[in-house]
Amino acid sequence: MRAIGIILAGGNNHKMKELSQKRAVCAMPIAGSYRSIDFTLSNMSNSHIQKVAVLTQYNARSLNEHLNSSKWWDFGRKQGGLEVRTPVVTADNSNWYRGTADAIYQNINFLKNSHEPYVVIASGDCVYKLDFGKLLEYHIEKQADITVVCTELPEDVPCERFGTVRMNENYKIEEFEEKPLQAKGHTISCGIYVIRRRLLIEMIEKCAQEDRYDFVRDILVRYKDIKKIVGYKIKDYWRNISTVQDYFETNMDFLKPEVRDYFFKQYPDIYSKVDDLPPAKYNVGSNVRNSLISSGCIVNGTVENSIVFKKSYIGNNTVIKNSIILNDVYIGDNVYIENCIVESHDTIRANTRYVGEDGIRIVVERNDRYIL
Amino acid sequence: MIKKEMIAMLLAGGQGSRLGVLTSKVAKPAVAFGGKYRIIDFPLSNCINSGVDTVGVLTQYQPLRLNTHIGIGIPWDLDRNIGGVTVLPPYEKSTNSEWYTGTANAIYQNLEYMESFNPEYILILSGDHIYKMDYEVMLDFHKANNAEVTIAVMPVPMEEASRFGIMITDENKKIVDFEEKPAQPRSNLASMGIYIFNWKTLKEALITNAEQPSLDFGKHVIPYCHEKGCPLYAYEFNGYWKDVGTLSSYWEANMELIDIVPEFNLYEEYWKIYTKSEIQPPQYVAADSVVERSIIGEGTEIYGKVYNSVIGCGVTIGKNTVVKDSIIMNHTVIGDNSELYKAIVAEDVQIGNQVRLGYGDEVPNDTAPHIYNQGIVTVGEKSVIPDGITVGKNAVVFGETSAEDYQDGKLLPSGKTLIKAGE
Repeated sequence: MRAIGIILAGGNNHKMKELSQKRAVCAMPIAGSYRSIDFTLSNMSNSHIQKVAVLTQYNARSLNEHLNSSKWWDFGRKQGGLEVRTPVVTADNSNWYRGTADAIYQNINFLKNSHEPYVVIASGDCVYKLDFGKLLEYHIEKQADITVVCTELPEDVPCERFGTVRMNENYKIEEFEEKPLQAKGHTISCGIYVIRRRLLIEMIEKCAQEDRYDFVRDILVRYKDIKKIVGYKIKDYWRNISTVQDYFETNMDFLKPEVRDYFFKQYPDIYSKVDDLPPAKYNVGSNVRNSLISSGCIVNGTVENSIVFKKSYIGNNTVIKNSIILNDVYIGDNVYIENCIVESHDTIRANTRYVGEDGIRIVVERNDRYIL
Repeated sequence: MIKKEMIAMLLAGGQGSRLGVLTSKVAKPAVAFGGKYRIIDFPLSNCINSGVDTVGVLTQYQPLRLNTHIGIGIPWDLDRNIGGVTVLPPYEKSTNSEWYTGTANAIYQNLEYMESFNPEYILILSGDHIYKMDYEVMLDFHKANNAEVTIAVMPVPMEEASRFGIMITDENKKIVDFEEKPAQPRSNLASMGIYIFNWKTLKEALITNAEQPSLDFGKHVIPYCHEKGCPLYAYEFNGYWKDVGTLSSYWEANMELIDIVPEFNLYEEYWKIYTKSEIQPPQYVAADSVVERSIIGEGTEIYGKVYNSVIGCGVTIGKNTVVKDSIIMNHTVIGDNSELYKAIVAEDVQIGNQVRLGYGDEVPNDTAPHIYNQGIVTVGEKSVIPDGITVGKNAVVFGETSAEDYQDGKLLPSGKTLIKAGE
């Protein structure tokens, strides 16, 4: 593969409310067994990108733990492999990453020490499958300076939190607005870019000289008339998870057979860190309907239209509806949970009730746990 | 200099013919167990949990799946710079090339492998038991007694003792005598086939007895050491230990996992069992399905009703299909409106719609009643059973079958055997 990868995984996001208090958005658990960054990492691995840097900053502990071995994504290589890069204090820099472009600037040696001619930049908070090899072919064929992966959102989905683009008939991007007050179209940038390595170094260094720090605002938007920026439209499943509502809906999408088929059954696979958990266990009285259950779970109660992540325990006569139960949650007997996201490692006491009345309720309960 | 205090030699070459068609294409240690595991995962996990990081796995019979499963040992953290897991098949020599002709002969043929680690002790294991055991504690026992050979034993009910190799010990657990499958057992301590040898003792015994045909630990090496006057000790183990050498014991051991708090608990944190996870997605249980008293592996999709069963990874169970008291291994697909009672269905099997397994009277199997009994229906790996077939109890199906293979195009009566696979 003639490209190296950079995954931007540093961002904080208050739209995730309590969920991002203990982890970066990229480490959010998805679809029972995965974390958000697994999708981008697996895509890179499956596209034979050999060398990937993950740039992290905010609340990175959970993410670092997830990435503590690179072998699960087949990045355990002598040549290249996976590097996790947090900001470091050096003789001439004592800043955190002040933006996406600054994050790349502070790791400019990663670009300079590579020999691959291209760079794929992607964010770690999206759920999708993409062959970066095909994307690179397209980039070369279009003779683009920068290729931006775009997707069309449905008419009823607001686009104001994304970067919106307008392309001409040759897919050249003519307008690029970052988080516009009012979106003009429904084509948005997916936050995935291909760019020639030398050009990227040049632009990032120039940007840093001018004290500009953001890749989209200070590079893409400013260069859109000078450089040839081309859009690459994807039609398959793509979703960003960085609001509570999107996170909830993305997970619930996995209850649809076509989405499961696309991600779980079709080539190529998505990989994640292996947890060595036993098979899920259903005891007498368990009643599970239209739900995803992950390994290590023990189910005694009712679960409907929900996603239960790894290693959770669900007590007797407990009812869980339309909810997401994150990893290692202990739910006592006679509990009722509806329209909730239950934070990982929670302990829910017996005989309690949690209902999201208007919208999704995030449940964070730090009770003592006495088990078995 | 390379030095390992104790290395393990895991005997994984046997066919395990009493598992019938389950082992016709794979070695017994590679047979699936407990939803997502394979039998060899238990001794391998015990090794790494006991701090034994050098394991030679002796393979011979149908090693492909075993080799793929073990790989370089990543799931067990046995991918090491020095040591780790090494697969040891028989190999050609300048003179006297032969297969592994017995358990001890296999070890004898790999003296050089063991020598290269400069060990003090050799742990001999077999790849066909389900148990959790700390070999380090056994080694401490071995050292404390200044033993040259320690044999792990477990107490069995006196009436069953005549099925095992029985150790007779004095009050200090020193072995004074032993007998193989005695009619009148003098003790109830059964050998578990787990030995710790002092390296020097083992090496001397193997070289001295090298000419013995089918050199075996129980039959030749242990008696030789005993006659020579080596101190032999019995290490008593009181945990869960299950031989899964027969179809009925295999079925029972699986079924014990679905108890509320099983005697053999896989959910304990401190002694995990590791395996190679083929697939990772969660399992899906559909809206009108029922799952009760069962354990289910990753990526399985259930649209039907599952009771008292052990289901592997990547399995599909169709609408209105009932699976009861059964073991379904990885990647098997079962169609709609089928019924399975007390069936063991191996990997990658395709079962059509309206198929009934385990239906009818209890009739002994006509070809191998000592293997296929207890009313269990067995379906070998990669078999195909077309729509509308009924298969009786104690019956066996193996291979890509079509309607013509069955009586009236729809029935395989109880006790019948239908094996269509090549060879």
